[in-house]
Amino acid sequence: MSQRSPIGRVRGLGAARDGVSHWWSQRLTAVALVPLTLWFAIAIVGHVGADHAAMTAWIGSPVTAGLFILLITATFFHAYLGLQVVIEDYVHREGLKIVSLVLIKGACIVLALIGILSVLSLLFEG
Amino acid sequence: MATTNRPLSPHLQVYRPQLTSVLSILHRGTGIALALGTLLLIYWLAAAANGPESFAQAQGLIGSWFGLLLLFGWTFALFYHLCNGIRHLFWDGGYGLELPDVYRSGWLAVAGGFALTIISWLAGYFGGGV
Repeated sequence: MSQRSPIGRVRGLGAARDGVSHWWSQRLTAVALVPLTLWFAIAIVGHVGADHAAMTAWIGSPVTAGLFILLITATFFHAYLGLQVVIEDYVHREGLKIVSLVLIKGACIVLALIGILSVLSLLFEG
Repeated sequence: MATTNRPLSPHLQVYRPQLTSVLSILHRGTGIALALGTLLLIYWLAAAANGPESFAQAQGLIGSWFGLLLLFGWTFALFYHLCNGIRHLFWDGGYGLELPDVYRSGWLAVAGGFALTIISWLAGYFGGGV
């Protein structure tokens, strides 16, 4: 028996069968970010004061580059999911909300891309 | 729709701030701060990839008093969000939801955030030499 209200049915509102997708992605990226963040913090502390040659040699080594790419990907995915909820909670004008969401999503994708390309260029050239 | 005369719940300022509510909004606040902080991380990575001059410029910016102040704030935001995020993951698993546990883990997240911030800055200062 359907639990949906008649008004919900005629308007086509209700579960789109992806209700937990946002929640689940946020948790998965959170779990991934626990070890990645700890690695990042410890590694950065260990490289305080390193010059350009030492820093780029470190970032451009295969394992570090891989971890950086994972960190960047998980970070921006997690950041977008979080910012999306903040905007949905506080921005109530529909047009402004959609524009903000699109801009934030675009910014996250572009920033992640710049980060990943920087790491890759250090991996292959540096 | 006739929704104008529905009773409203009291707004935020009616309530005395409690550890639970303060830490909750702090989690969101630090999350937003960290999202802004990614700008610095990506700028720093791009500068490193761009060459020694850009990298020296980025290092100089980060090493200025204002850069270090931002970095210190972001360090705390990172570690608090990390600790409180782990707290949230335990809740998601159904653990630690009793009120005394919620308060205990809340103070633990605050202490963890401060402790990890101070430890990492001391390690960076004495280990690397800013």
